[in-house]
Amino acid sequence: MTHVDPGVWTTVADTVAAVCLLAGAFLTLGAGLGLVRFPSLLARMHTVTKPQVLGLILLLTALALRVRSWSAVAMLVLVVAFQLVTSPVAAHMVGRAGFRTGKVDPDDLRPNEFGEPD
Amino acid sequence: MMLAAVIAAAVLVAVAALLALVRVERGPSMLDRAVALDTLTVTLVCAIAIEAIWSRRTETIPILVALSMVGFVGSVTMARFAAKEPEGEGRVRTREEVAAQARAADVPRGEQRHEQRDGARVDAEDDAESAEGGQR
Repeated sequence: MTHVDPGVWTTVADTVAAVCLLAGAFLTLGAGLGLVRFPSLLARMHTVTKPQVLGLILLLTALALRVRSWSAVAMLVLVVAFQLVTSPVAAHMVGRAGFRTGKVDPDDLRPNEFGEPD
Repeated sequence: MMLAAVIAAAVLVAVAALLALVRVERGPSMLDRAVALDTLTVTLVCAIAIEAIWSRRTETIPILVALSMVGFVGSVTMARFAAKEPEGEGRVRTREEVAAQARAADVPRGEQRHEQRDGARVDAEDDAESAEGGQR
């Protein structure tokens, strides 16, 4: 545990960190709820790629505001960058495989770029 | 104040992880499970971040980097090798169904090969993207 000087800016940073923490955890819960509640594969994929990533970004912002060291912030930026790069790749692969194996209703896709040309 | 926020956030993230586990159990397809496991990985990252927020630690942050780097590999691999599953395959079977399948496995060779062709792995190569891929 690193030592932190008490002061008004520490209080401000900790308060903002607490707000970010709660918002990020709430979005993560939203992703979990959507995963259970949503009816189709594409809808569930939406929860993993959007609220989940934003929730993670907010949580890592809270962490950066708490630890306040540049080396930690650099690594957290790296985490966010990896998440932003990899989650569309995963979503693309899952969506395409879902379409190929008949788990996606073609009527859900407008326009359906995989469909037969007219 | 920080303690209350950390506890609340930990509860929310734990509930999210449980909901992701529910989806892993229910399926109904491999891809749904892949997506849910992705969520579970990111939830784990969130949990480690919350612990670091509480203790102001920086030494657990490399774990977050590693998890966010490799977390998507699972779902990409499962999507790459996703196959068209037979009807009712994407759920946990009861004992009776498993026994019925074991009995059905004793069918003559010719019929078995026929079954295998129907459930063949979907080729994800780009040239399969034509009408053939669309029909499957």
